[in-house]
Amino acid sequence: MVHAVFYFFAACAVVTAALCILSRNAVSAVLWLVTTMLSLAAIYVLLNAQFVAAIQVLVYAGAVMVLFLFVIMLLNLGTARSDLRGPSAVAATIVIAGLLLVELAALWRYTPRRLAAEVAQSPALSDPATLFVAGELARQETQARGVVGGVAAPLFQLYLVPFEITSILLLAAIVGAVVLAKRRI
Amino acid sequence: MPESVSLLGPSLGLSAILFTLGVAGVLLRRNAIVLFVCIELMLNAVNLSFVALAQLHGASGQLMVFFVMTVAAAEAAVGLAIILAIFRHKQTVDLQNINLLKG
Repeated sequence: MVHAVFYFFAACAVVTAALCILSRNAVSAVLWLVTTMLSLAAIYVLLNAQFVAAIQVLVYAGAVMVLFLFVIMLLNLGTARSDLRGPSAVAATIVIAGLLLVELAALWRYTPRRLAAEVAQSPALSDPATLFVAGELARQETQARGVVGGVAAPLFQLYLVPFEITSILLLAAIVGAVVLAKRRI
Repeated sequence: MPESVSLLGPSLGLSAILFTLGVAGVLLRRNAIVLFVCIELMLNAVNLSFVALAQLHGASGQLMVFFVMTVAAAEAAVGLAIILAIFRHKQTVDLQNINLLKG
């Protein structure tokens, strides 16, 4: 059952992503990407990451994509002319994307057992107590501390400094966006 | 082995396909906004692989998704502001007409 649902949403994600990169209109490209993100949110739920799925819908499909739509609306691009590149670029795309896909498709054969063996062999990727415990770790943490607690505990303990640095990044982005978008600098 | 962990391989495969589609979009399109949309698609593909591997490695992988989302939001805000500034200057977002740095 889980596999059937997964493959349904995976097919949705791939088809809508293909429509997104091929659609002529920028608005429809953004809306197809929203559909891809919603499919990915469903897959996150299947992968025991319910909180990430909620954030994906709220922040990504909600806020970031609305920002894109607002900018498209501000620019008033109104042409239906295709902006696909010429045949030489299409050939280059097929070659590069094909090579990349062949490389990445090797990941498909990555089973949990093989991953466990590789991590067990490698001497010190990181502290094994925090990095790798055993399978179904996410589910155990969810059962022990709840959906949000399982994510919040490491965020405010182990990753507190990166979390605080994130706020500086956001501040810099806000200031930069305001300065760049102002009519006169 | 729980059923969701056995989704690891297919999830990484889906992530690979989505990332490749994003790269293809960046190489194919000339519209700067669609280019940004394709970059978001690539970031989403990476997020999927983080979440898939978080099942084995603990919640740290899910935390990386938060950081990626933050960086993506910051990048989208600044990038779209740059696109707005360029559009005000050149009246186009077609990358063929934006060759200021080409010399």
